Amino acid sequence: MPLQPSSAPQQPLQLASRWLRRNLFSNWWNSLLTIVCLWVLYRLGAGFWLWLTTKAQWTVVMQNWRLFLVGRYPVNQSWRLWLVLAIVLGMTVFWIWGSLTKRTARRDWFNRLAWGLYPLAFGLCLWLIGGGWGLVKVDTSLWNGLLLTLLAAIISIVLAFPLGVLLALGRQSALPVLRWFCTAYIELIRGLPLIGILFMAQVMLPLILPGQIRWDRVVRAIAGLVLFNAAYLAENVRGGLQAIPRGQVEAAKALGLSIPKTLILIVLPQAIRVVIPAIVGQFISLFKDTSLLALFALLELTGMARSILAQPQFLGRYAEVYLFVGVIYWLFCYAMSQLSRRLERQRG
Amino acid sequence: MSLTPGGLPWRDLEFWRSLWRDVRFWRFAGQAIAVVLIVAALIFFGSNLTRNLQQLGIRLGFGFLNSQAGFTIGETVIPYQPSDSYGRALLVGLANSLRVIITGIVLATVIGVVAGIARLADNWLVRQLALVYVETLRNTPLLLQLFFWYFVVFLSLPKPDNPVLWLGFSFSNAGITLPGGLRLSPEFTALLLGLVLYTGTFIAEVVRGGIQSVPKGQWEAARSLGLHPAQTMRLVILPQALRTIVPPLGNQYLNLAKNSSLAIAVGYPDLYAVASTTFNQTGRAVEVMILISLTYLTISLIISLGLNLYNRSVQLVER
Repeated sequence: MPLQPSSAPQQPLQLASRWLRRNLFSNWWNSLLTIVCLWVLYRLGAGFWLWLTTKAQWTVVMQNWRLFLVGRYPVNQSWRLWLVLAIVLGMTVFWIWGSLTKRTARRDWFNRLAWGLYPLAFGLCLWLIGGGWGLVKVDTSLWNGLLLTLLAAIISIVLAFPLGVLLALGRQSALPVLRWFCTAYIELIRGLPLIGILFMAQVMLPLILPGQIRWDRVVRAIAGLVLFNAAYLAENVRGGLQAIPRGQVEAAKALGLSIPKTLILIVLPQAIRVVIPAIVGQFISLFKDTSLLALFALLELTGMARSILAQPQFLGRYAEVYLFVGVIYWLFCYAMSQLSRRLERQRG
Repeated sequence: MSLTPGGLPWRDLEFWRSLWRDVRFWRFAGQAIAVVLIVAALIFFGSNLTRNLQQLGIRLGFGFLNSQAGFTIGETVIPYQPSDSYGRALLVGLANSLRVIITGIVLATVIGVVAGIARLADNWLVRQLALVYVETLRNTPLLLQLFFWYFVVFLSLPKPDNPVLWLGFSFSNAGITLPGGLRLSPEFTALLLGLVLYTGTFIAEVVRGGIQSVPKGQWEAARSLGLHPAQTMRLVILPQALRTIVPPLGNQYLNLAKNSSLAIAVGYPDLYAVASTTFNQTGRAVEVMILISLTYLTISLIISLGLNLYNRSVQLVER
């Protein structure tokens, strides 16, 4: 805001009125808009306040706190989830710190260490949650609530990523058969609604797998999410592949690198770095998409909300439950979208 | 390739070495391996499928489409009775899907363009409201929003004998009556509202990006020609912004069409909902899956084609 250098120190009141005039009442049209907006805001706010103070009953959230977060996970095994949370938080801090600080030799060393640690931590978390090998086994039907939402999203993106990279490379390949196949797969999946893919995963997977292989509902749902997201990730990665100057490949060839080496050492690291914001975006939509599992009788966050609402003592408490669940989804998605924006700005 | 005179070439190590290094060979071998793998996978899945279907005693075939459906459909665009066939029921579902997709695309475009322009408005309050709208609805799952609109908003409206009247609209838990007398069911309205508001946020971001991609000089030039802001937007900025807007806008239309399949969550009988009922009654997973896939692919393809044609007309023709 340009201040006149000659005028006396501005009074707060004067400053405020000038700000109001400039931003809200600059002409009759803007004034009208402001008044209409204020009126709408007032009506919405008053209605919400009335509901909050007279009708809302939050016991449904208070009493089912645990169900929303971890569902029916055995209470005496909760320490395992706390440990997982600690590991995840630690790794997240590590990653954010690693990608947002200045590049130094020491940070690069840390990053390399981190890349080794991620798969290790991932495996460790899965072991802690699922059990076996010395821990009490916890059946997947007991992984519910936010826990299942997060697990489904993270496992799906981790598994979909390599598949997506392969599909993207295949689509760019010089071999026509490979190219056609990958293109057909990507376009087919992208033309279908996720609910259709999940339906196929639930209904068709048991039919096309050998009879002795029995995947439970959670695994089938994750398989559906993986098949679906791989196609979208492939398109993101393809964008990155196309952004790499031709000279890079030619230089690699001139150095005598073979095609696999060129891809692994030269092309992919650059391509993936370019598309990290897009991949975070894909993860956000995957995170939201896990809510569709509720339609297939899985008790992730949305499904859990519905099953709580089906209990007779909480009948009709839709507003409280859906608002609460919505806030949880929103917090995660908003945080991730801010992160992706920062990453983008940092690179741009 | 060096051949040893008199000997067979594949006895010679040098032959294999040169083959190993030959790009043409690898091109051929790579494709052969790919084909073999794909065919093997298809045979594996196919044989499992036939074996599993045999065990279940199901024979593939679309004959079931002619048998009587027997279930009722809440609302229909084309005439339908429970005594009609499954094929007819699916057709009714398709018509219902198209109804929500087409109205949804039109309304989402309007909301999205308004919100996108509002994101860049001079008015601070308008800008903030648009920001809150976009950031709230974009960052929560559509399914949850549909539940919210249907269960929290529509089912809490008063009974039809005592509706809320506003601007000629009448709202009740049996649906909305428009001024012209057109009645919309709560299921349809909740789905439409959810789809439109959700897709609108994405379109708003697309529109905002498009407008921001127009160089600032264009605004200044328009102003110096004496155009006022609304004219500038309509005659100078939007036509140029369209070039960046149309391709991602198309993706949003495709998303809306695909997301319309969430209708089942609020009980609107769209194609997927009817297909799902058909599957539950007949157990014909493969056929139902093929039908759904082909239909959605066709819808996606038609939207893409239409948008490509339109895109061609807005793109700058370069010499």
